[in-house]
Amino acid sequence: MTGRGDSAEQEWVDDHAGPVVRPYAVTGGRARPVTGTFDLISLVTSTRTDVGSESGLGPEHVAIVGLCQRILSVAEIAAHLDLPVGTVRVLLGDLAARSLVQVREPRATTAGLPDEHVFEAVINGLRAL
Amino acid sequence: MDYGRSERPTGAAPLPTAIKVLIAGGFGVGKTTMVGAVSETRPLRTEEVLTETGIGIDDLSGIEEKSTTTVAMDFGRITISDDLVLYLFGTPGQDRFWFVWDELALGALGAVVLADTRRLADCFPSIDYFEGRGTPFVVAVNCFEGARQFRLDEVQAALDLDPGVPVVLCDARKRESAKEVLITLLEHAMKLREARRRAAED
Ligand SMILES: Nc1nc2c(ncn2[C@@H]2O[C@H](COP(=O)(O)OP(=O)(O)OP(=O)(O)O)[C@@H](O)[C@H]2O)c(=O)[nH]1
Ligand SMILES: [Mg+2]
Repeated sequence: MTGRGDSAEQEWVDDHAGPVVRPYAVTGGRARPVTGTFDLISLVTSTRTDVGSESGLGPEHVAIVGLCQRILSVAEIAAHLDLPVGTVRVLLGDLAARSLVQVREPRATTAGLPDEHVFEAVINGLRAL
Repeated sequence: MDYGRSERPTGAAPLPTAIKVLIAGGFGVGKTTMVGAVSETRPLRTEEVLTETGIGIDDLSGIEEKSTTTVAMDFGRITISDDLVLYLFGTPGQDRFWFVWDELALGALGAVVLADTRRLADCFPSIDYFEGRGTPFVVAVNCFEGARQFRLDEVQAALDLDPGVPVVLCDARKRESAKEVLITLLEHAMKLREARRRAAED
């Protein structure tokens, strides 16, 4: 990956050809979610254990509901499904519109640094690792 | 470990809050290694596909018309408690992708800038970026073998850092070392927050 030679170049292109084409099909070409913004670290949890009977959902929607039986961030969902974050945001919008997932946005990103107790909790949590 | 319960009555326990810290620095300086050293799982990788031009990507030469660029980010997770989850994001290459940096830096508690004394200048862009944004950061000198030993105050001077910015040694491969760096960062960020709060009151 560090090389600038032809073979490295070739590899890079091959690596990425798949992921760039597939998302288009997954979202039907949609670039934006119908609802929500979905930060990389917004936390998502499914509201149902099974959505097999819901019509209009694709396999990726069902996969997200399955994954989010535990609480995962948008970034983790994207990594586990090997889909770009933008694609996952669109899929999550569909699920949120049907109330199939619950989303917790990270603390207000414009509010500056968080309260002291957040820092203290993180420091103590790290010490205890 | 109380995920995975089969029934989750809606509106029962509130979802935890997520927070993040960035791990930045030059190419190959040990960012992914540090993320992996303290995270609860091996580093995960996520990709953003950028399809528009003119969003801060400086060099698109050789790529045709409607180009897509893929930016990969490594990240890891540390579950602090039932209501707090910390994510560590390794930043994608400096000098490019500032658009993605802006997204990552938004709301971040702070950043670790990893430095390699064999090529200190590689971390200048990261330092400039966080200074410019007012994001709290510390510099962690990653101790590669064969690197001449610098005193930390020499590094501080060479990087032209504010005297208040902590500079520490680390081994990004070691969990304890990476933990210490993060704790130093959070203590520094907490102090800065307090200082800014006071300044705002005056
Ligand atoms: N000796 C030594 N080697 C290290 C240390 N940290 C990382 N390495 C090695 O340095 C190499 C690069 O580390 P990475 O973690 O991939 O660096 P990176 O910053 O993520 O690299 P890019 O994402 O490609 O910019 C790997 O082979 C690591 O094993 C360290 O503290 N000491
Ligand atoms: Mg890396």
